Amino acid sequence: MNVPVTSPASGPPAGLAFRKFRDRIVETFLLAAALVAVFTTLAIVVVLVRESLPFFEHVPLREFLTDTMWTPLFAEARYGILPLVAGTLVTTLVALAVAIPAGTIIAIYLSEFAPYRLREAVKPALELLGAVPTVVYGYFALMMVTPFLQKLIPGLPGFNMLSAGLVIGIMIIPYVASVSEDAMRSVPNYMREGSYAMGATRFQTATRVVVPGALSGIAAAYILGISRAVGETMVVAVAAGLQPNLTWNPTEPAATITAFIVQVSLGDLPHDSIGYQSIFAAGLVLMLMTLVFNIAGFTLTRRFREAY
Amino acid sequence: MQAATAAESLRQIRADVDRRKVLDQLFVVVGLLVMFAALLVLAVLFIDLVNKGAPRLNLDFLGQFPSRKAERAGILSAWVGTSLIMLTTAAITMPIGVAAAIYLEEYAPKNWVTAIIEINVTNLAGVPSIIYGLLALGLFVYQFSLGQSILTAGLTLSLLILPIVIVATRESLRAVPRPIREAAYALGATRWEVTAHHVLPYSMGGILTGMIIGLSRAIGETAPLITIGALSFIAFLPESPVKAEFPFLSFAWLKDAFTAMPIQMFNWVSRPDPKFQVNAAAAGAILLGMTLLMNGIAIWLRYRFRKRINW
Repeated sequence: MNVPVTSPASGPPAGLAFRKFRDRIVETFLLAAALVAVFTTLAIVVVLVRESLPFFEHVPLREFLTDTMWTPLFAEARYGILPLVAGTLVTTLVALAVAIPAGTIIAIYLSEFAPYRLREAVKPALELLGAVPTVVYGYFALMMVTPFLQKLIPGLPGFNMLSAGLVIGIMIIPYVASVSEDAMRSVPNYMREGSYAMGATRFQTATRVVVPGALSGIAAAYILGISRAVGETMVVAVAAGLQPNLTWNPTEPAATITAFIVQVSLGDLPHDSIGYQSIFAAGLVLMLMTLVFNIAGFTLTRRFREAY
Repeated sequence: MQAATAAESLRQIRADVDRRKVLDQLFVVVGLLVMFAALLVLAVLFIDLVNKGAPRLNLDFLGQFPSRKAERAGILSAWVGTSLIMLTTAAITMPIGVAAAIYLEEYAPKNWVTAIIEINVTNLAGVPSIIYGLLALGLFVYQFSLGQSILTAGLTLSLLILPIVIVATRESLRAVPRPIREAAYALGATRWEVTAHHVLPYSMGGILTGMIIGLSRAIGETAPLITIGALSFIAFLPESPVKAEFPFLSFAWLKDAFTAMPIQMFNWVSRPDPKFQVNAAAAGAILLGMTLLMNGIAIWLRYRFRKRINW
């Protein structure tokens, strides 16, 4: 009984050589696609630095960092970035005052308290909160939150950092909540069980075992929230006003770095004008700020990492 | 005497336990309240937009160009612009994003090149969107002279959502179990054949979901489009992509100027005239509706694929 030998459908060994060759070509193409990410980062750095160099030839770094006025488009131009940085920090702080407590409470509730079905239903719904277009949030801040706040705080101007910050805070709740929750859920169950066995309640277990155990992930979530808030543009452009204003008072109107970039971009922008160069200088500062926060976050995450 | 102190400390312990239990219950209430307050915001926002925009939420609104008169202004050029930008973005992002994810998940050796790519993908996800706008202004608009066109907008938004698509695709590739790959290798398949014939078809659902999530992010992005110089007053349509004569398809629209839904809305929001706020609300309701719909589809797809596949 001879079993007939059938040749494989793909043919003789010559086919194999072709298939191996094809594999090499495909791999090169795939690597090229993956390298797009690296090129994007390089391009961001190169473009920001190159386009803002003429600005720094015109404006000494000392003036840029210490002057308290930012009026690059005025006849009497002043180039101090501080007012924009202050505006960015104030809106970010207001946003964090909302997002960190709310996000953390939601994360603890979802991870430690919520029944399975509720969690599965609420998580996607919360994600929707982060999916709302930012310009819609801008409308929300200007047309709904500000009028409401004006009833509570008489004399609150129509444009103010408070309402923009509050709305950014709502916007970043899902980022903070979802990353913190993932971190809490990766704390192994035997640690919870150990805590319950000692007679701790769920709340005690959550605050004294789970949260400390997930601290590195929670720190990462906060950092993610901070970089979102720092880079948020449309909410502040719509609701916080476009006047640079060096103040730490959130009830005043002020421009952020991002709002300034939008304001200048809305006008006509010749390539070699100081306005064009100034938005790249502002963008460079914004990029450095997010970088600082990310490095801080990375270090924190490393420091608090718990190995199980 | 001793019995009395024992009873005393027992009572203290009980009181302590009771207090902790109350705290526990209290947190449940607080957690639920915070959670539903956050969700309530979304509901209130949507209802308010629909309510305030109601007078303009009709077919005329979709069929009219922007205008100086609020009641005659519509979103025709905006929604056409947004659709074409989304088409361009999807066409650019899909191949690059999926290919990059396949490389990182299936091919990449553990070396410094891979490490650098991974770090870059993670970091790009955290770069503010307006920075992408500046990148596009310097690179696409001036360096490559693509102008303030639909192509520039599509390229910009592609770079912006690439990290989202890559991360989602990798997750869904990772969910395909090893034995499937090993079985194919055992039959003599090359790495690309394993990937293309087995891994990719199984992870298509997840890839699609990631793509939709990415596009739903792109559709609402305003800042990068403003930075590259999108105009808000466009009273004409881009060239039609479909032609009556051969070859039936035209790509001339890629070079046309554009406006988009979020830009149009921003323009109306920033006007002091309350009549334009009605238009802004109507445009916002449509924009928010589209985003929620896309996210809804993604959530549904994810749920369906998770339920159907049993390895």
